[in-house]
Amino acid sequence: MDFMVFQYPMITIQACLDGILLGVLFALIAYGMALQWGVMNIINIAQGDLVILGGYIAYFMYLYGIHPAWGVIVSPIIMYFVGVGIYKLVINKVVDRDLFISILATFGISILFMQLMNFAFGADVVLANSGYGTTFLFDSNVVLPNSKIFSAVVSIVFAICLVVYMKKSKLGRAIRATAQNARAAKILGVDTEKVYAATFGINAALCGVAGALISITFTIHPYMGLPYTIRSFMIVIVAGLGNLPGVAMSGMGLGVFEEFADYILGTEFRIGSVFLLLVLILVYRRFKLSRKREYLK
Amino acid sequence: MNKNLILYASILVFGLAAPFIFPAFKVQLSILCVLIILAVTWNIQGGEMGYNSFGNILFYGLGMYLCASVQVGMFFPLAEWTESGGEKTFVHTPTQFFQGMAAGLVVAAVVPTIVAGLIGYSILGLRGHYFAICTLGLGVAAGEISGGIEIIGAGQGFTTPPFPNVGGLEARGEFFYFCSFFALVFAFITVRAIYSTRFKLILNAIRDNEDKAEAMGIETMKYKIIGWMVSAFFCGLAGGIMGGLVGYIDSTDVAFDGREMGVFMVLMAILGGKGTLWGPVIGATVFHVFKEGFWTFFLGWQYVALGVLIVVIVIYFPEGIMGWLREKYPERFGEVVDEADRKAQVELK
Repeated sequence: MDFMVFQYPMITIQACLDGILLGVLFALIAYGMALQWGVMNIINIAQGDLVILGGYIAYFMYLYGIHPAWGVIVSPIIMYFVGVGIYKLVINKVVDRDLFISILATFGISILFMQLMNFAFGADVVLANSGYGTTFLFDSNVVLPNSKIFSAVVSIVFAICLVVYMKKSKLGRAIRATAQNARAAKILGVDTEKVYAATFGINAALCGVAGALISITFTIHPYMGLPYTIRSFMIVIVAGLGNLPGVAMSGMGLGVFEEFADYILGTEFRIGSVFLLLVLILVYRRFKLSRKREYLK
Repeated sequence: MNKNLILYASILVFGLAAPFIFPAFKVQLSILCVLIILAVTWNIQGGEMGYNSFGNILFYGLGMYLCASVQVGMFFPLAEWTESGGEKTFVHTPTQFFQGMAAGLVVAAVVPTIVAGLIGYSILGLRGHYFAICTLGLGVAAGEISGGIEIIGAGQGFTTPPFPNVGGLEARGEFFYFCSFFALVFAFITVRAIYSTRFKLILNAIRDNEDKAEAMGIETMKYKIIGWMVSAFFCGLAGGIMGGLVGYIDSTDVAFDGREMGVFMVLMAILGGKGTLWGPVIGATVFHVFKEGFWTFFLGWQYVALGVLIVVIVIYFPEGIMGWLREKYPERFGEVVDEADRKAQVELK
């Protein structure tokens, strides 16, 4: 591996930059997952499918002649209501139950969304062309599409806005209080039901932003949801709940890992290596904790 | 006890006679047998042990590939076979086919068991949802990786050896039906025997409170691994049979099909009732009938129906059919019911 790293420095720089720009997007999705995991204690397998749905919204705007970058604004608004709808229909019935029940229920939602998107949008790989051109660095040895830079900047802006919102606003405070202790929050007059719905909606809106950006920079396909779920899950368990810098760092780390796996092993093993990395990380953490006679909680 | 014997005997007789009574449904019945095997063995660690795995599909797919590879590789070069794809350059004689199938099924059952034993120590140290997601990752990773390996057909798939030309389609159906039926009988007897020993009590103790079980001096890890290995054994066997039955192996659509089989086995066990002997059997039967109805009449909408079905079952019937029956007729399940207490409860409601 280091053979390649030193002999072709340009490829290494390219992979690192690609990976970091991609990783910022992953971190955005993972932030949503950490939010709902922390607040509602739910692992949402349909996270990736919400991302893809958000991407299709931007893609449709592109098809109807609107610049897909507006999808960054429109898609989260639509996705917020989709998220609240999912919460009202399904999630509020599984919030207090066993975690496995919520995993299975969201798995069902994931399958449902996958197939509905397949019907509605067809099984083709699509992308929304933003027409932003490309930037060349190092005597055009490193090629960076401007859309990737745009997506990274937008996701950072959204993440900062959300962090500020969570710190300052009334709803943000209610969400944080519910995450700390739902019962105490209820006693002190927080309508936890509303907070849960809003949390799920915000998560879906974040997925919408990420999806719109992915449809501009990469490609979307109805069946591509699950890898995004697994990536965000992985980022959250590496970083830990409520550790924002950690989420950003591990997101970028995952992005860089993926780009290198892509170059070294080949594109056909890219998704497989992500899933394998998840297993390895979990096993590593399990052995690390078992020395202290503890386990992952 | 006598009643039970009559029940088992009648089921056995029905099972043996079924392909001759319903000749048109032989393939469906074989698939039903495979589904029941998967549900019953998922229940060992999912229901009894409390380790909800999405990853038993790993052993199923492994068994499928191994059985077909052994069956081909024993007599012909495997690489050339997969390269030729659908056009057959080699033909198995009947003896070769059956010998290969037998050896393949043995390998298909044994190797996943060993794999489960090897990875068990690492994976089973995870608990709850971490275990569920980790096994989900294992299953998908296996599918993605096997889709990139050339010698077992990579993306274009692997055609299993066609049934030799003795007796035609009828014989093929009967052969695979009896394969799966005997595997089912074997699985059911094993599971039933397991459930009547101390082993089951240990598994239940692990499910109810693992820390306390460990404090009582039970080597939980050992029993967890054994439980998973039993599951893996039968999953591999079922996969081997299913590979021959389907006749074509694709990495993500047939073998490591987490979206179908991987969820089906969980769903069937939950539908029937987790942690019961008969629950998964009933659940698998009901599910298969429902599924076939949907797959036939609403082709294209099956996954939508599947998604809705998962959500509905999980939200409204988490106890399953057996749990519902148990609540309704507790006397049948050997629970002592105090009439006065029951009446008081009804009045309270």
